[in-house]
Amino acid sequence: MGRLNQLAINDEGFIFDPLTGESFTVNRTGLFIIKKLKENKSEEEILEDMLNEFNVSKDIAEKDLIDFIQKLKSYGLV
Amino acid sequence: MKKIYEKPVITKVETGFMNKFGESPLYHRKIRKDIDGVSIEELVSRFGSPLFVISEKQLRNKYRTIYNAFASRYPNVQFGWSYKTNYLKAVCAVLHQEGALAEVVSGFEYEKARKLGIEGKDIIFNGPHKKLEDLEIAIREGAKIHIDHFDEILDVEKIAERLGKTVKVAIRLNMDAGIKPQWSRFGFNLETGQALDAVKRIAQSSWLILNGLHAHIGTFILDPNAYAKEVEKMVKFAYEVEDNFGFKIEYIDIGGGIPSKNKLKGTYLPPDISVPPIDDYAEKITEALYSNLRPGDFPKLILETGRAIVDEAEYLITTVFASKRLPDGRKAYICDAGVNLLFTAFWYKFNVEIDREVYGVNEPSVLYGPLCMNIDIIDDGILLPPLERGTRLIFSPVGAYNNTQWMQFIEYRPNVVMIMEDRTVEVVREKEDLTDIERRERLPEKLKLL
Repeated sequence: MGRLNQLAINDEGFIFDPLTGESFTVNRTGLFIIKKLKENKSEEEILEDMLNEFNVSKDIAEKDLIDFIQKLKSYGLV
Repeated sequence: MKKIYEKPVITKVETGFMNKFGESPLYHRKIRKDIDGVSIEELVSRFGSPLFVISEKQLRNKYRTIYNAFASRYPNVQFGWSYKTNYLKAVCAVLHQEGALAEVVSGFEYEKARKLGIEGKDIIFNGPHKKLEDLEIAIREGAKIHIDHFDEILDVEKIAERLGKTVKVAIRLNMDAGIKPQWSRFGFNLETGQALDAVKRIAQSSWLILNGLHAHIGTFILDPNAYAKEVEKMVKFAYEVEDNFGFKIEYIDIGGGIPSKNKLKGTYLPPDISVPPIDDYAEKITEALYSNLRPGDFPKLILETGRAIVDEAEYLITTVFASKRLPDGRKAYICDAGVNLLFTAFWYKFNVEIDREVYGVNEPSVLYGPLCMNIDIIDDGILLPPLERGTRLIFSPVGAYNNTQWMQFIEYRPNVVMIMEDRTVEVVREKEDLTDIERRERLPEKLKLL
């Protein structure tokens, strides 16, 4: 999970990376996914969790999850 | 109960990212649900997407505002509608109804104006490439001929002689109006004496009478002082011509080039701040007239304002077809309209509005068109919230030069509609199909596959 485990994350969605000094803000769904990633859950498991947690179709959730993980990669967080 | 879903978004916190207007770029978005009271949804469901939408009301209002800015300051004003800016019949007809002459720059445009019902005498024929047959028709029909080069002086003279008709002509001038780039390719240069040489040659002819001066100093001119300089030089030259050659200069045509509220790429300030109000232009131009004209002399002032009149009266509705994440982390959207329809996207950064409320933080995004071409980018750096497939984006202003410079390339060109003043919607150019594209093609017999 790369840098993800080093991050300081609060419940309001503020993320601080002590190694680089960078800060991020994340919304509720983003925070939900990051927490699952920190628990080392697979993408399939996270998708399942998203469908149980939120009122969203599988198509949209799957697409958004892939997109969000790509965004995390672009920041070097995963 | 399950929680309400919001697309996952993560944004890096960067300082110094606020703009000088104190607005957070992370949540700012522009929403447009209708045009002139007709909903975007209704327009698309009836006429498809992409869709060009022209507002008759906004077109007329703009014309009247700009015309009145000049007519309220100077007693002899005439507008010429620049066909090349937008020559859809409906657009031209609205502006002719408002009182504009037709300003054309080719035989094709001349034909278009005539077919619409404009008499030759109400057509200004500009342009560097007037074919002899087109020139002859225009001369026969009494159009205002604006001569661009020496070859054309001779062309007009020969045609006039053949027709046995004395022809009134104007010459086109180019000059240093204090702005860069200096447009020097149209007409005769003032400072080098070339313009005077042209007048001398016209004066020697027994078939030509010089009665007008024309100049077009550039495009998207943000400095009204350039027009003041242009007017001053033109009026002084008019008197030089009148005093030395006995011609009467009946009109001074100062061309176009007045900007719309569009944003040139590379400019920082929004157009509401960077583009001076039309009254500033009218004030400078008429002030320059009054300071240089002799008492009691009011030659006709002709303006060929194109962009400033039509640009803001037209919108393009597009639909988000797909999205992807670029390797650099930016979000990319593929829209159903690209540079094939928005040729001016190469120079202008359009105002982009969304047809619905969208939750989520803005992120740097790129808008691609539908073409399988790397250059098909409508906006390469825009902050947008996460958009669902099917979201409509409304681009504006797109009235100038897109419906004339668009390309039938890879995709068909879509419907163009006009929202009339009574809010009814008329198709003013039907979307294309294969017959439009293949009508002129011929397949040699031996190549036929069917």
